[in-house]
Amino acid sequence: MSYRLRVNPIACEAHGMCAELLPERISLDEWGYPLLGEEPLDPALVDHARRAAAACPTFALLLQRERQPR
Amino acid sequence: MSSAQSTYAEQPTRAAGSPVGLPRLLAGIPAHGSLDLAEHHSLHGPLPQMTRHRRRRSELIAEIERSGLRGRGGANFPTAQKLEAVAGSRGRPIVVINAAEGEPASHKDATLTRALPHLVLDGGELAVQALGASELIVAVNESAIAGFESLATAIAERGTSARSSARIRLVGVPDRYVAGQETALISHLNGVSALPTFTPPLPFQHGVARRPTLVSNAETFAHVALIARHGAHWFRELGTGAQPGSALVTLSGPVAYPGVYEIECGAPLGSLVDAAGGLSAPARALLLGGYGGSWVPAEHLDSLCFSEEQLALYGASPGAGVVVVLSENACPVAETARLARWLAGESAGQCGPCLHGLEALATSLETIAGQDAHAATRERVEQLLALVRRRGACAHPDGSARLIQSAIDTFESEFDEHARYGTCERCLAPPELPLMQPRRTRHLSTRRSSLSPARQP
Repeated sequence: MSYRLRVNPIACEAHGMCAELLPERISLDEWGYPLLGEEPLDPALVDHARRAAAACPTFALLLQRERQPR
Repeated sequence: MSSAQSTYAEQPTRAAGSPVGLPRLLAGIPAHGSLDLAEHHSLHGPLPQMTRHRRRRSELIAEIERSGLRGRGGANFPTAQKLEAVAGSRGRPIVVINAAEGEPASHKDATLTRALPHLVLDGGELAVQALGASELIVAVNESAIAGFESLATAIAERGTSARSSARIRLVGVPDRYVAGQETALISHLNGVSALPTFTPPLPFQHGVARRPTLVSNAETFAHVALIARHGAHWFRELGTGAQPGSALVTLSGPVAYPGVYEIECGAPLGSLVDAAGGLSAPARALLLGGYGGSWVPAEHLDSLCFSEEQLALYGASPGAGVVVVLSENACPVAETARLARWLAGESAGQCGPCLHGLEALATSLETIAGQDAHAATRERVEQLLALVRRRGACAHPDGSARLIQSAIDTFESEFDEHARYGTCERCLAPPELPLMQPRRTRHLSTRRSSLSPARQP
């Protein structure tokens, strides 16, 4: 089981909370929208990722579980 | 294969039985008006009855799978697989014929709906039968008045002889580039707005009225109508193994007879240009696949073949069958800047990276095309391209980035000249690439358009 981060770009309003809470994986572009890596999440970061997703004011950050690691 | 066989212009001809060679879709196409039901039947024969079993696969889907038909809206997705996905979802399906053509350089769907509405409707009716769908929706551009009227007439004509219980609805779609994108279309049909939505759910899971929905291009349905009549084997008599059949291509630019042509998949593009009366001015490059497509230098014209795998060798793809020739008289840098500005205006404005990124790209490219060209601006363009790719809900930023990247690669010498010397003489030439004016008011409307008369046969 692996986890992957995804952003709903329509919902995202560039609050930037995710980059504050998960700087290991999320940086912001020049307009404040998150840049996420493609690769699956390091298991040690899953709890932090979950907190970042919960803190998003527009619920635009999604933590998706994947059955088969690609 | 000779050029005479591989291409066909819009000229009326008649054939009986299973036609050999081309034209297929464009057979009997009238120069004005449309084929009525009687003319359509005498040309193609009646619509065959395909059996559908509740538990087993439909005969039609099996035949389409054997034919290897792929969607002609640009994504080139196997049609049988799409039908299967809809058939396998819970709920009574809805079938949507997508004739909303937001691409300014494409006229194939407008041509099909205007001249051959019954062929398109046949395909829709067959899909409705195969899926046991409750409704057939035909989505047409609001500006495509001729297509709208001929479809309305055709639907009324079929009303008395319709065998399926499905109701047919004709719906107008705003003339926006992204409005024909399938999630945007679904959203519009659901009365929300003609803007793309975040996926999942995909239309085959939850589409119109949250029901499994088949959305396919109008040309795809027209092929289905002929495959049901003549079979998969007949369909494969033309085209390549990977890309069987024929395809509609909209050719524009400096050719004697620009227009919609039917071409064998895999046929040389040179034969298409020949069928259009040849080049009327020296060509600099060809734009393949529309405004989300790629440029190929004109020197490759003789080696280009119209198929996914052949064009991939040049980093291009047939897309929805758009071929635009750019002449030597035009300034590619100025054309690219104009296109970039148009693409930025066509952003739905929902996703930040697309909204800000395309705007910044257009501004940078206008700087390059203008007086104060700067080498650093090119680096800025590359940086912006990386920031927009794969960062929208739909493929609009990706397509725009693809087009701009390929313009920079293809027109490297012109971009260099502009960086060194500023504007060129050709910058003053009139624009060659067709652009539709963005309509802000439509963009902001959230209600379904008034131009959506429901028709019940």
